[in-house]
Amino acid sequence: MFKSVIRLQSRLGGVITFCKVFPRHELFRNAMKYSTASAERKRFYQDVSISQGEGGLYEVNLDRKKLKTPSGKLFTVPNEALAIAVATEWDAQKDSIRFYTMHLTTLCNTALDNPTQRSKEQMISAALKFLETDTICYRVDEPPGLVELQRNEWDPVLHWIESRYNVTIGSSSSILGPEIPEGTKETFRQHLGSFSLWSLTGLEFVITQLKSLILSLGMLDRHLSVERAVLLSRLEEEYQIRHWGNVEWAHDYDMYELRARTAAGALFVHLSSESSTIKHKLMQD
Amino acid sequence: MAMASLSSPLRVCRGILKELRTIQGPSYKQSLAYNYVIDQFRKNKVTGERYCRAQQEAHHASLTYLCLLTSTRNHLALYNLYHGKGERSPEEVAGLVGLRLPTQPGGKGWEK
Repeated sequence: MFKSVIRLQSRLGGVITFCKVFPRHELFRNAMKYSTASAERKRFYQDVSISQGEGGLYEVNLDRKKLKTPSGKLFTVPNEALAIAVATEWDAQKDSIRFYTMHLTTLCNTALDNPTQRSKEQMISAALKFLETDTICYRVDEPPGLVELQRNEWDPVLHWIESRYNVTIGSSSSILGPEIPEGTKETFRQHLGSFSLWSLTGLEFVITQLKSLILSLGMLDRHLSVERAVLLSRLEEEYQIRHWGNVEWAHDYDMYELRARTAAGALFVHLSSESSTIKHKLMQD
Repeated sequence: MAMASLSSPLRVCRGILKELRTIQGPSYKQSLAYNYVIDQFRKNKVTGERYCRAQQEAHHASLTYLCLLTSTRNHLALYNLYHGKGERSPEEVAGLVGLRLPTQPGGKGWEK
């Protein structure tokens, strides 16, 4: 059923026009447009630059046009480093724009638009809820190789966070997971309360990727590097890979994607909460 | 400067600049990121403290950025190698068997 115009021209000189209008399959037409590969956008700009707007916020310019978020707002970031990193992401696109490689841009857009209208309290509660199913706390009973690997690799991180924040978490191999005492939750709630909305957006992203609040905090406190945190998050997979072998199109693909997203999230949190000053000391002779 | 161990600042700086060169081609030295990175590494090079927190933080941030650049590049390479390419358009499908889609002068009724 389409909107169609059928014109019949009669040899006798008359023109009979049939006009059938069927507007109801509008949505179907639009869906058809997006299902083809031509929906990807080509790179439409030559230069990427940054500029400082009002309020000291930095903007990204593609040629002459200012970058906007998906909801139409002006794209602004609080510091120069983040703006430069986003500009580099846009500059790295070759013929077509691949949004799945532009993690920092995506994070900034989420923080600016806040499409699901999350508040700080909601984000903090969600993060604390995740602690109950934290990867580090969930141990297996067998095979013994994996049990020992988990103990050797995850226990030090658990001890580190328990002593750093003065809390008790513990690990468990039952299906219900560890019992997290209220005091622990309160400590973390206070700590996360000092994060800004932007930092919490980044933190939520990292937790979703690593599937662990403890690993995320370990990485954000600079106790773990990104590669180490990703390794610890994928510990069981690494164990199986060592046993059964590596499959490049699955394991390596997942690992690099996880590393890219986690690194972007960590950088986003660091840059959203930093303020750097340089004190120049005079050399006294 | 520290020994050239795997995560020494010199190695990390070189790594980041190499990645930028891969992304941006021969004109990478004029890019924003290049100048910013070199600037930051110079600023944080000298410190009076034995354990300078700002220096450690900057070092961790540089490692994180290097990880971001390398892993996006590797992810994109694996994506191009293995990911599905999507469907062909109707024109290409017709072309596979040597046919062409019919054209109607004046466009079809529902096209603007």
